[in-house]
Amino acid sequence: MSTLITGARPYGEDAADILVEDGRIAAIGASLSVPGADVVDAAGLVALPGLVDLHTHLREPGREDAETVETGSRAAALGGYTAVHAMANTDPVADTAGVVEQVWRLGQEAGLVDVVPVGAVTVGLRGERLAELGAMADSAARVRVFSDDGHCVADPALMRRALEYVKALDGVVAQHAEEPRLTVGAQMHEGDRSARLGLTGWPAAAEEAIIARDVLLADHVGARLHVCHVSTAGSVEILRWAKSRGVQVTAEVTPHHLLLTDECAEGYDPVFKVNPPLRTDADVEALRAGLAEGVIDAVATDHAPHAVEDKETEWAHARPGMLGLEQALSVVVATMLETGRLDWRGVADRMSTRPAAIGRLDGRGLEAHGRPLAPGEPANLLLLDPGARAVVDPAALASRSRNSPYAGRELPGRVVATFLRGVPTVLDGKAQK
Amino acid sequence: MKRHLLEAADLDRADATLVLDTAAQIDAALAGREVKKLPTLRGRTVVNLFYEDSTRTRISFELAAKRLSADVINFSAKGSSVSKGESLKDTALTLEAMGSDAIVVRHSASGAPHRLANWVRGSVVNAGDGTHEHPTQALLDAYTIRHRLGRLEGVRVAVVGDVLHSRVARSNVRLLHTLGAEVTLVAPPTLLPVGVGSWPAEVSYDLDAVLPKADVVMMLRVQAERMNASYFPSAREYSRRYGLDAHRMGALGDDAIVMHPGPMNRGMEIAAEVADSVRSTIVEQVGNGVSVRMAVLYLLLGGRAGE
Repeated sequence: MSTLITGARPYGEDAADILVEDGRIAAIGASLSVPGADVVDAAGLVALPGLVDLHTHLREPGREDAETVETGSRAAALGGYTAVHAMANTDPVADTAGVVEQVWRLGQEAGLVDVVPVGAVTVGLRGERLAELGAMADSAARVRVFSDDGHCVADPALMRRALEYVKALDGVVAQHAEEPRLTVGAQMHEGDRSARLGLTGWPAAAEEAIIARDVLLADHVGARLHVCHVSTAGSVEILRWAKSRGVQVTAEVTPHHLLLTDECAEGYDPVFKVNPPLRTDADVEALRAGLAEGVIDAVATDHAPHAVEDKETEWAHARPGMLGLEQALSVVVATMLETGRLDWRGVADRMSTRPAAIGRLDGRGLEAHGRPLAPGEPANLLLLDPGARAVVDPAALASRSRNSPYAGRELPGRVVATFLRGVPTVLDGKAQK
Repeated sequence: MKRHLLEAADLDRADATLVLDTAAQIDAALAGREVKKLPTLRGRTVVNLFYEDSTRTRISFELAAKRLSADVINFSAKGSSVSKGESLKDTALTLEAMGSDAIVVRHSASGAPHRLANWVRGSVVNAGDGTHEHPTQALLDAYTIRHRLGRLEGVRVAVVGDVLHSRVARSNVRLLHTLGAEVTLVAPPTLLPVGVGSWPAEVSYDLDAVLPKADVVMMLRVQAERMNASYFPSAREYSRRYGLDAHRMGALGDDAIVMHPGPMNRGMEIAAEVADSVRSTIVEQVGNGVSVRMAVLYLLLGGRAGE
């Protein structure tokens, strides 16, 4: 079976035809002609490698009323993703080989993206003792990223051991950097607005203190460290310093931290409650600069679906988190591409190449992700209409939840098609299953 | 006037002055009358929706509504559907369906009245939300100051105590600034919010330096439990550095007054002889609270009677 994508602009550059055969890109060139191939007219559309998300909450098992592996996979495909890492804070927690294999299998059955389970660092995310990291790594799910996300591995001795232990698994610990004693009851960024709104503050220092500690630990034991959802200018500075010293640290930023600020908390609508919280204009500027510079390696969504009753409530009683998969690329286009901070190759690097490398998905087989658009590579790619602009309507999202912080906001770029190993998961902007 | 009173910033100078003038007119109209009741809100329904115990604020609003001849319903979170897990939204829709014209809400969560205002057609009056605001307290405080000192413009007000957790302080800073008074916040640094520098107020850590220049000293309630979270070392040390005792009261100017929103911790932030002195307006504040809340309900609801 072969598919011919005609007139697409790989990385936004010169138009070319892309021939897909047997799950791989067979050829890229001008005026390819293949009798019998399915033809997809991609004139004017930008072709990028399929996106890879390091940070998705799919809520299954446990909160299937908020999201399932299938609905989250559909949202991901519509956002241009071909692989997503599913965070471990499910119920039960993904802290055993059994649970990660279940999530992995559900992803295969849904067949819209490759769902790559993240394993918990500690049993039950309790931060007390290590989960069986080796068993999860050796399972069918082949876990390489370990995280207690939602909770910080706060105990420094336990964090040190986790960093050391996963070296044997070619793994990485993805830290939710939040010193818990500094964020008791915290509701929003601590600053002028929290003071006025009477909401307990989440100080930037609570994130920065953990990142500083962890880069020193990673340096000391020679391990890889990944920092989840970096949100402050100070964190960017610490990461820049650590990278300049050769520490093996990588970091991600969310779309919402690239676009939104704590101004959104005015009015107390909990759709804007998220952890770490939305911060200031100066932080947004530093995060964009850090991502452009490469100090921040990746954009990761922290897609966090929540049921209506968990958001339509008092701010302090609402769960933190917001949807992200379907709008992530549009937000990056708006904040990084249209501002001239990244070109299309840069977007592909931060949303596909580097996240795949961090998750060790960038091998040579057909199962690989984050590979370049080139003959012989797996045909994981998306087609984007960069000129389209649309107002976000939460009711139209594929996610089972509606907690999009972009509701009513006009964003650029529309994913027209997504291909997973040559099979269209999205065509004409519609999911194929 | 806006439809709701959610925070002091909802009132510009003209609105705030109108509330105070209306309260003064109500006081004058009722002075010396045997039946302290006006027919203004007959047939209107005011719901007191209280998620926190606060007997004094609730009965103040209840009395205010009853003196305006409104029907009053007290909806306490305890012993109601709320304690069975009903959401704020469902409670709001229920009260709305029953035809409430105004909801007076007290809630432990900052911003709960803002949420409520999205879900009901009637007016919402914030009777204290978390550590955010308590705008009618600020109005009654302004009314009391104006009554005692004859003016608000240029009056120097020291607000002393747990500013960090105080909704009274937030509302007073905003409203007194709107009305032209000069506010100085006095507290240990641990009890001032990060970001206080953006408020329209001076900040001092030294009560003794502020007192001689103050026309008004407003003492805030300080909970002794705060020392368990190391906001200060001990109740005794707090009292020594930031409490208002008879000796410190001696540093005040002749006409200066002492205020407290209640309930007081006698011996902690305020000494008994200060609370009971002629400078103290504490009992007056309670009485003024009813008049000011009558004015607020009248202005929010009266103008739309028969709608």
